[in-house]
Amino acid sequence: MEQFVALVQAYTALGLGIIIGLGAIGACIGIGIMGSKFLESAARQPELVPMLQGRMFLLAGLIDAAFLIGVAIAMFFAFANPLLAKLAH
Amino acid sequence: MSTEAASGGLTEYIQHHLTHGTATLGEGFWTVHWDSLLVSAALGLIFLVWFGSKARKATSGVPSKGQAFVEMVLEFVDGQVKDVFHGDRRVIAPLALTIFLWVFLMNAMDLLPLDLIGGVARLVGGEEFAHHFYFRAVPTADVNTTFAMSITVFFLVIFYSIKAKGGGGFTKELFTAPFHAHGFVGKVLLSIPNFFLNLVEYLSKPVSLAMRLFGNMYAGELVFMLISGLMVSAIGFLPGVLINAGWAIFHILIIGLQAFIFMVLTVVYIAMAHEHH
Repeated sequence: MEQFVALVQAYTALGLGIIIGLGAIGACIGIGIMGSKFLESAARQPELVPMLQGRMFLLAGLIDAAFLIGVAIAMFFAFANPLLAKLAH
Repeated sequence: MSTEAASGGLTEYIQHHLTHGTATLGEGFWTVHWDSLLVSAALGLIFLVWFGSKARKATSGVPSKGQAFVEMVLEFVDGQVKDVFHGDRRVIAPLALTIFLWVFLMNAMDLLPLDLIGGVARLVGGEEFAHHFYFRAVPTADVNTTFAMSITVFFLVIFYSIKAKGGGGFTKELFTAPFHAHGFVGKVLLSIPNFFLNLVEYLSKPVSLAMRLFGNMYAGELVFMLISGLMVSAIGFLPGVLINAGWAIFHILIIGLQAFIFMVLTVVYIAMAHEHH
């Protein structure tokens, strides 16, 4: 029984790492590309900065969202693992 | 609730904080998260009373600081709506304002100290009562709240589609929209993939809207719990306070951003509903 629990926990921990790690990679690359483009366009046309800033924050939230949903799911599995709850019965 | 964490460990501490206060009204689905309902209703009322009283007392003379703030928020939201939605915005702009401030206030409950309500419950009812007293102060970290809001938006989108195009136009667009064909056979053949794509498009809107807000708030709440759960000792107290403060400062950005995104996307979806293909 304990071995089963350890197995489930080990695989869950690996999964959590992958969820958070890959999500973070994607979100960081996205934010990086968007930020660099924003700075480029701000340097080219400074008068557009207020308009672009609002849109940049909007998109930053959109890019971040998928990652944070992943983090939320990962955290949920870390503290209330439904796979382990099944074993208790 | 540091004593409880010491006795029950980190997992129990977090699980206690992740349990909703529920009230069972009947069989099956009839279970209500009264904490989310109570907090969201109270915050909605606060918003209405606050803005309503400022609007009634508004003068065209020198505005008070409160009136200036309300006007600032109003103009900000109205400007955002004006950028996206071209048409009569007598309904859309107040809707956007309500969504923005309501979601903002609900998100801002994340900044309440985590153990404040549990601590009050302990002061009032004692240790045993507090142990069985579950209360989550952030309504938007509850899937039910976010889905309730996004499904309302979904129905509004459908309502405005039908209003802009008529019942026939709306149904026609469901079957002919992304791929256009000439001739009767092509139209019939393409109607099935068209309908399927439209269905996915319509259903993905409320799901992504709700999950985005929920995921952000839930993750933010959990990080607060992790920090205060891991820093329960006397040595960890000061670093815990500092790290929590740091995360709270960063979280202010997320609170405003998510409320803003929910508002803008609602307006964008409704504006898209008015477009003809």
